[in-house]
Amino acid sequence: MAGITSYGAYIPLQRISRKTISAATGWSTSAASAPGEKAVANYDEDSLTMAVAAATDCLNGLERDKVDGIYLATTTPPYRERQNAGIIATALDLQPAIRTCDFSDSIKAGTGALLSACDAIEAGTGENIMVCASDCRPGKAGSFQEVMFGEGAAALMIGNKDVIADLKGSYSLSYDFMDQWRADGDKYNRIWEDRWIRDEAYTKFIPEAIAGLLKKYSLETKDFAKIIFPCVYLREHGAIAKRLQLEPEQVQQEILTTIGDTGTAHSLMMLVAALEEAKPGDRILVASYGNGSDAMFFEVTDKIKKIKGRRGIKKHLESRKELTSYERYSSFRDVIPLEMGFRGEVGPSMVSVMWRERKTILGLVGTKCKRCGTPQYPYQRVCVNPACGAIDEMEEYRFSDKKGRLFSYTSDSLAFSASPPEMYGIISFEEGGRFAFNLTDCDMESLSVDMPVEMSFRKKYADQVRGIHGYFWKAMPPRA
Amino acid sequence: MPEGIKDKVAIIGMGCTRFGELWNQSPEDLMIDAFKEAIEDAGIEKKDIQAAWQGGPEFTSVNIGDSALPLSQALKLPFIPVTKVENMCASGSEAIRGACYAIASGACDIAMALGIEKLKDTGYGGLPEFSHWAVIGTKHRIIAANQTAPGMYAMLATRYFNRYGIGPEEGKRMLATVSAKSHHNGALNPKAHLRREVTVEQIMNAPIVAWPLGLFDCCGVSDGAAAAILCRADMAKDFRPDPVYVKALQIAATSGEEEMFNDFDYTHVECTTRAGARAYEEAGIKNPRDEISMAEVHDCFSITEAVTMEDLQFSPRGKVKDDIMGGRFNLDGAQPIQPDGGLKCFGHPVGASGIRMVYEMYLQLQGRADKRQIKDPKYGLTHNLGGIPYRAIVSVIIVGL
Repeated sequence: MAGITSYGAYIPLQRISRKTISAATGWSTSAASAPGEKAVANYDEDSLTMAVAAATDCLNGLERDKVDGIYLATTTPPYRERQNAGIIATALDLQPAIRTCDFSDSIKAGTGALLSACDAIEAGTGENIMVCASDCRPGKAGSFQEVMFGEGAAALMIGNKDVIADLKGSYSLSYDFMDQWRADGDKYNRIWEDRWIRDEAYTKFIPEAIAGLLKKYSLETKDFAKIIFPCVYLREHGAIAKRLQLEPEQVQQEILTTIGDTGTAHSLMMLVAALEEAKPGDRILVASYGNGSDAMFFEVTDKIKKIKGRRGIKKHLESRKELTSYERYSSFRDVIPLEMGFRGEVGPSMVSVMWRERKTILGLVGTKCKRCGTPQYPYQRVCVNPACGAIDEMEEYRFSDKKGRLFSYTSDSLAFSASPPEMYGIISFEEGGRFAFNLTDCDMESLSVDMPVEMSFRKKYADQVRGIHGYFWKAMPPRA
Repeated sequence: MPEGIKDKVAIIGMGCTRFGELWNQSPEDLMIDAFKEAIEDAGIEKKDIQAAWQGGPEFTSVNIGDSALPLSQALKLPFIPVTKVENMCASGSEAIRGACYAIASGACDIAMALGIEKLKDTGYGGLPEFSHWAVIGTKHRIIAANQTAPGMYAMLATRYFNRYGIGPEEGKRMLATVSAKSHHNGALNPKAHLRREVTVEQIMNAPIVAWPLGLFDCCGVSDGAAAAILCRADMAKDFRPDPVYVKALQIAATSGEEEMFNDFDYTHVECTTRAGARAYEEAGIKNPRDEISMAEVHDCFSITEAVTMEDLQFSPRGKVKDDIMGGRFNLDGAQPIQPDGGLKCFGHPVGASGIRMVYEMYLQLQGRADKRQIKDPKYGLTHNLGGIPYRAIVSVIIVGL
């Protein structure tokens, strides 16, 4: 039976207090009075990079060659044409005989992708399909969205071997309800009146989807250890739970005050949080929101005990750094566009080079000498070990999942950075190999020679001449 | 070891423009000025020159133009062979190498090397952006860290301080002492870009460009040109009584192991070590610390000069701090370094710098260095370091009477 075989999540390091936002834009909006904080993708992160981070968490300890599908759900795909899931597959160094698909246009797309993956497994057309849901939605300065939207990603591996949570059933609702919309060419969402959205959508669709599922499978709410549903109006989340007559421990906590509304990833991130605490035999119901709702229910198996080493929601939440500058935050998503100067002019990119070197660039794949065993990046045909020098005796070697040490480093005020100063260092990989990489998610004071680092897939440049998002890998201190 | 070019080629004339932010001089103006001084110094005419090499690294492609045509047209050279050579910061020295090898081979008797750079027409403070694909290649541009020269050399300091247990304050002071010395020398030089003495404290307190390097740890970014007229050694005294002879000329380019193989310590520059050792062998120098009277080395950053002292065997490994703090490299020290102010203060028009360095050694050997004159120098050494510490191209030239 199809179900979840592994999970992972990603929450960016930086959090901004809603008080910081309200101090900056509160004079223009009443929405800024919302409590808590939200997760902020760094200037070099977007939906794709966060999806890769969540996927990497999910793949921990698994064989990458066995993955035969990547489904990406996002309403903020960096490319409108060029498959975004395909970029993820390349970044993860997956084999090319794989089904990739983007699910988009509604924040319900996360559960849509998850259901489709389960259907494919049930139908026997795939064995291990990873669903990544990730969103990085900007909000206009002073808007409700700016206050409520947070950034994050979830990844779930779907298969039928070693299942940790069996999918037992689902019930879907679709309504063309225009609570928020973003037409082609728009950068920001538009929104209708909040009371209407609260009373006519959240309050009705989520109970309707849950009731539909319960009726379809002759179940009651008390049959579930956890019931997961989102609601961007925090007080209404509690009211819906009360109306469903749920015990407090049955309600999966909303992540609005810690992470924010993460769009397509939202329900799946709450599901990952539930799985982190789940025990064998638990039944979990998850209902999503967005132009209707998908409700699904899972039964946790004893294989869940074998899932270890995930950062998931819990560890990523604990690993945080406060972003105290609203102005810096708003420059990350270009809400306040900054002068980039001559050094910020990049390009033009050579697309044929990006294709030929895709493993080198997106996959961080180098070579390892079969004669002397030296890993080397980027790929070499002539071994770089002066004592070896073998020619054409190389095999591919992936660096993205290898641990490294910061051999030397600097913080550079001359180099271009969208969030200066630019930091970079020479990374010595513990199993061999060395190269200079940009550093991210750190500050100069936290760095020291020989400290451990890990690799993170990030946006390296934006080529405005040819409209290309340049992705590559950076090094950073391990998150946990 | 092949016999090399020791004493086969002589320098009989040199010219060098003032270096600086020469907003109102064109590349042609600079080439003509350096050329004019060089031929007048050599006492020859344009028609005597049988071949020419122009040194100009990648940045000249933007501001001056590719190929040797900008040079041949500016000087109206009469259909002789003219070649542009490009080897990053070693381009000027590479032009001298082309001329030397042509003369030593017998292909010509009199040749010219000229280096030119017009950085101040690029619109950048500091070197132009070199993550541009034309500079480091289409693949490398995408995967290289978004770096600058100060940052890549700063990492040399980070690792050097760590390896030798030098604290940040102590390290900054050592580097500031290097720059203060060059500012002292530059102030004595009418052609230098930066002609102001600065104190160690001013240097240490200047804004940081790339930790631990501050503003005064970085060399000037300048416009300028320099030229040399070279000829067969056996005919040199027909032109002047005091020709300067080329004793050695070596180039070393990285094999890539410093960048990609884990053994490299990043507290020295392997290319300098190798090129220096080969140059000493070619020149027959056994003890560089005692035998090299003076040097112009590639002090693009203060830390570069410091480790270069060790790479060229002027100071023992890990001990350069003692020599710096002890004044060994001052104008009145045992082994003066950067008597003309160096890249630090004379300035660094990249394509011209290698020839500018030889210009100072030439003047010193002939006793024409005015207030900067070093007493009875025998051998002068010049050193260029193109690229970054682990991805380098290095030239070492030794000249003497």
